[in-house]
Amino acid sequence: MKDKIRIASGSGFWGDLQSIPLQQVTKGQIDYLMMDFLAEVTMSIMQKQKKRNPAAGYAKDLIQIMKDILPHIAEKNIKVITNGGGANPMGCVEEIVKCAHKQGIKGLKIGVVTGDDILDSIDNLLKHGAGLDNMESGQKVTDVKERLISANVYFGARPIVEALKKGAQIIITGRTTDTSLTYAPMIHEFKWSWDDWDKLAAGVIAGHILECGGQSSGGNFLGDWRSVPDLAHIGFPIAEAYPNGEFVVTKHENTGGMVSVDTVSEQLMYEIGDPTNYITPECVADFTTINLEQQGKDRVRVFGIKGKPATDLYKVSMAYNDGYTAIGSLTYSWPDALEKAKKADEILRTRLSDLGLKFDEIRTEFLGVNACHGPLASEQNEINEVVLRVGVRSANHHDIEAFGKEIAPLILTGPPSVTGFAGGRPKANEVIAYWPALMPKKLVHPKVEIITT
Amino acid sequence: MSKIKLIDIAHGRSGDKGDAANVGIVAYDDKGYEIIKKHLTTERVKKHFEGICFGKVERFEMPNICALNFLLHNTLGGGGTVSLKHDAQGKTLAAALLKMEIEI
Repeated sequence: MKDKIRIASGSGFWGDLQSIPLQQVTKGQIDYLMMDFLAEVTMSIMQKQKKRNPAAGYAKDLIQIMKDILPHIAEKNIKVITNGGGANPMGCVEEIVKCAHKQGIKGLKIGVVTGDDILDSIDNLLKHGAGLDNMESGQKVTDVKERLISANVYFGARPIVEALKKGAQIIITGRTTDTSLTYAPMIHEFKWSWDDWDKLAAGVIAGHILECGGQSSGGNFLGDWRSVPDLAHIGFPIAEAYPNGEFVVTKHENTGGMVSVDTVSEQLMYEIGDPTNYITPECVADFTTINLEQQGKDRVRVFGIKGKPATDLYKVSMAYNDGYTAIGSLTYSWPDALEKAKKADEILRTRLSDLGLKFDEIRTEFLGVNACHGPLASEQNEINEVVLRVGVRSANHHDIEAFGKEIAPLILTGPPSVTGFAGGRPKANEVIAYWPALMPKKLVHPKVEIITT
Repeated sequence: MSKIKLIDIAHGRSGDKGDAANVGIVAYDDKGYEIIKKHLTTERVKKHFEGICFGKVERFEMPNICALNFLLHNTLGGGGTVSLKHDAQGKTLAAALLKMEIEI
């Protein structure tokens, strides 16, 4: 058994810095590279892409990334784990196999994890007691069942560990939890038992620290952000994990950013609810048991973590069509920038009403004044410019399109010193609403296949 | 009595959980943690976010990292892609809470 393993974060979301994975595999020693690509509604976007083109539906960026890193991971035997397979893990793997062949890399084992997509079996699952009512609002699933675009179970580390056991060097999954990409290697390498709750929880917390990439190594840092060196060349976090469940958060030398107790603490707060019950498929982690200690420059030791037994339920991420939105904006300048923007908003609303258009909501914000902090923003006199931003939402596509036609005319028929309409008419966006639910684990099982290049 | 700015003794991070925002506030040291623990009551935070947060405020203590986590329900205009807000994910709300001034 190894006495430690180094797991590096290569991506915090679909659209993150493309240069990072190559940096992580070349600028220092690592054993594993994990890349998270999936946010709440990402699966539904990918599902839509797959509907239009059966070969699509995964994180396209991943193909270029694999081209960049394949020779290095093959040479150094670095394992890669990612949920970038999205709605089409097998399609993603087929492209990676092509890349490997072009580069003359043979005999590489790729693990594919599927089975998370339950969209086509919902009726059957409901018959067997799947539930699937909205876990936040309590609303019945029958209200949205006909409008569903995607439905995916959040699998955890089990199928990834299975693929590792079968010798996979690259593992491409659909909807697995962000954290499982990090703790699956620990379970595999250190032979942790599935009821060793404290160690599993430690792995989960390492995963939480790594899953947002640069957000734990100095990016988006609200503390003394000026003190973060060379963000242009930020190094992404690496978890140096030990068999006893302790780990050190660090990054490669000669990269920018920083890893401190403060940067790690901020990431621990990211999108958490009750810190004593952070629920994952394999355990419930207690964030109030985490100890942090600065061990040296860009090294934070994390220890003392406690966990509790897993629940019998999987979380399910579903999405459904829920009407349309459009956003229009115009920029007004000094003198009286805000007063002009407010007048333009008033004129626009009168015209929308004269046209008989109906919206579920019209929302006006003044960027540069109060868009972020609403009533907490102090109104300043003499601001040089302000962006009027008006959003509308409706189930009626026609009304949304009609709104789009009313923005540009304000330039010639509203208050003066206005600009910023280069982008054209605001377009109707389809609203993909999120539907989180729970279902019994026994009703669904992940599938693991191995493809060899 | 003296007045201190929360931003001088703490930092934090915020994000979305559906239509709720989570606002995590981390004090720089134990002394700061005692201050935020005493003064950042759910009532005080709810009042601070008047006109932004339209639901209840939950508070969780994390003394191990000198932090408090707040859940602000009914805050993000429906959340996710439903929301018409520029900051639909509540990313700037930690900064908004740090605007608070406290009498100690």
